[in-house]
Amino acid sequence: MGKVIVVTSGKGGVGKTTSTAALGAALAQRNEKVVVVDFDVGLRNLDLVMGAERRVVYDMVNVIQGDAKLPQALIRDKRLETLFLLPASQTRDKDHLTAEGVERIINELKKYFDWIICDSPAGIERGATLAMRHADMAVVVTNPEVSSVRDSDRIIGLLDAKTLKAERGERMEKHLLLTRYDANRAERGDMLKVDDVLEILSIPLIGIIPESMDVLKASNVGAPVTLADARSAPAMAYFDAARRLAGETLPITIPGDKRGFLGKIFGRKAA
Amino acid sequence: MTKVLTDSRSIRIKGRSFLAVVLSPDLPLDEWLLRLDDLAARSAGFFLGRPVVLDVTDLAIDRTQLTELISGLGQRNVSIMGIEGARPSMLGPGMPPLLKGGRPVADFEQPSAESAAAEPVQPAKPATKEPRGQTQSIVIHEPVRSGQSVIFPEGDVTVVGSVASGAEIIAGGSVHIYGALRGRVMAGSVGNSSARIFCRKLEAELLAIDGIYQMAEDMAPSLRGQPVQLWLEGDVIMAETLS
Repeated sequence: MGKVIVVTSGKGGVGKTTSTAALGAALAQRNEKVVVVDFDVGLRNLDLVMGAERRVVYDMVNVIQGDAKLPQALIRDKRLETLFLLPASQTRDKDHLTAEGVERIINELKKYFDWIICDSPAGIERGATLAMRHADMAVVVTNPEVSSVRDSDRIIGLLDAKTLKAERGERMEKHLLLTRYDANRAERGDMLKVDDVLEILSIPLIGIIPESMDVLKASNVGAPVTLADARSAPAMAYFDAARRLAGETLPITIPGDKRGFLGKIFGRKAA
Repeated sequence: MTKVLTDSRSIRIKGRSFLAVVLSPDLPLDEWLLRLDDLAARSAGFFLGRPVVLDVTDLAIDRTQLTELISGLGQRNVSIMGIEGARPSMLGPGMPPLLKGGRPVADFEQPSAESAAAEPVQPAKPATKEPRGQTQSIVIHEPVRSGQSVIFPEGDVTVVGSVASGAEIIAGGSVHIYGALRGRVMAGSVGNSSARIFCRKLEAELLAIDGIYQMAEDMAPSLRGQPVQLWLEGDVIMAETLS
């Protein structure tokens, strides 16, 4: 049976869709079967980031309403054959997602895939609560700034109250993914530091993704950053986060500033 | 023009709980009203001076029917102080407010015709029946997250963890927080001026004891980030660091 992960945040624009695509592609490169599911009905983006926007024929709402079978709606990635996308509908709204329909789809996906990664819409309404409802694990995407941290805190509260796991009295596994982190700005006090965020949210950290132009570049060419440029700093951080999701224990590295190669070696000792 | 506040006393806002009679009508409403008339005939003045809440959960009626029901009850001298379980579309201006978060207590005993007639001498019941449960304190083992609120008018609240910005704790007694307090805390909310607030790291948005409140900007900057206890002396919130 596959594991269901919800990528959520409360606040919009913090990097949920980017992270869903990057983690999905990173897990798929370990030869595990992965499907990324877009729950943002009406404002879908995951198809663009995955570079599959021209290949969408059927979407999740079609499957829920019985107009299409699930395999017809799944889109296989052209670069990785173990990576699939279930797109959201762009022309409908979130009222077309029904609790029973979503449950049916997730249960069916669990039979065929190792990982089902649900890209939650922003907010705490229907779309977001349905995306988290069947999750086994949650990745809470947070930027190092106060409003994002507070919204994440709110979402963590909902993960502990409104999911099936919570209702059965089990503990939902929650992981913090800190995105758009800039060590220099954190040092200057323009951004919250890693420890501050961890202290407020008190859930385990799964990775720190540095603020980088590579992420934007990858989105614009329609490739998850872990596929577009696997050697870039954000891609490496996503690869590590994916390994931690799969259960490996790795030390967390705080992405440093861009000093030269020698500066990196000597600068750390001097400090 | 700006008004100058000459009186520095703060406004007291308190919580109190009252026991209300909850009426849950069923359909058809005219038959239910007949049964109510029958009850009122057996014990005149049963509803007189009692706070009455109308519970319309699962009752398939619209706003007009609800208005008629309220006026029908009004003619029977039953005045409704609040409505429970109504959809927003059922309520309009001039109607009693929507109430939420009611907790059940022992049912009211309906006076019955037989007991009044056949058994005029009843053994005296215990005069006071405390409507409080057994627990007088609760312990929360997890952080209280933004948007969550813990309401415990019966006694003390202890949180082993922090209270986030945008979360709130309302306790009838004292509040103990073994973590950072970034949200709002109201201790002694049912009129207990000896309640105290303790926290390991004070970064609160609002603090109140027995209705006297203090906002973040009223707190001494030297207390920020410190382990602090707060209590009430007269109408002033006092604070000192715990070391």
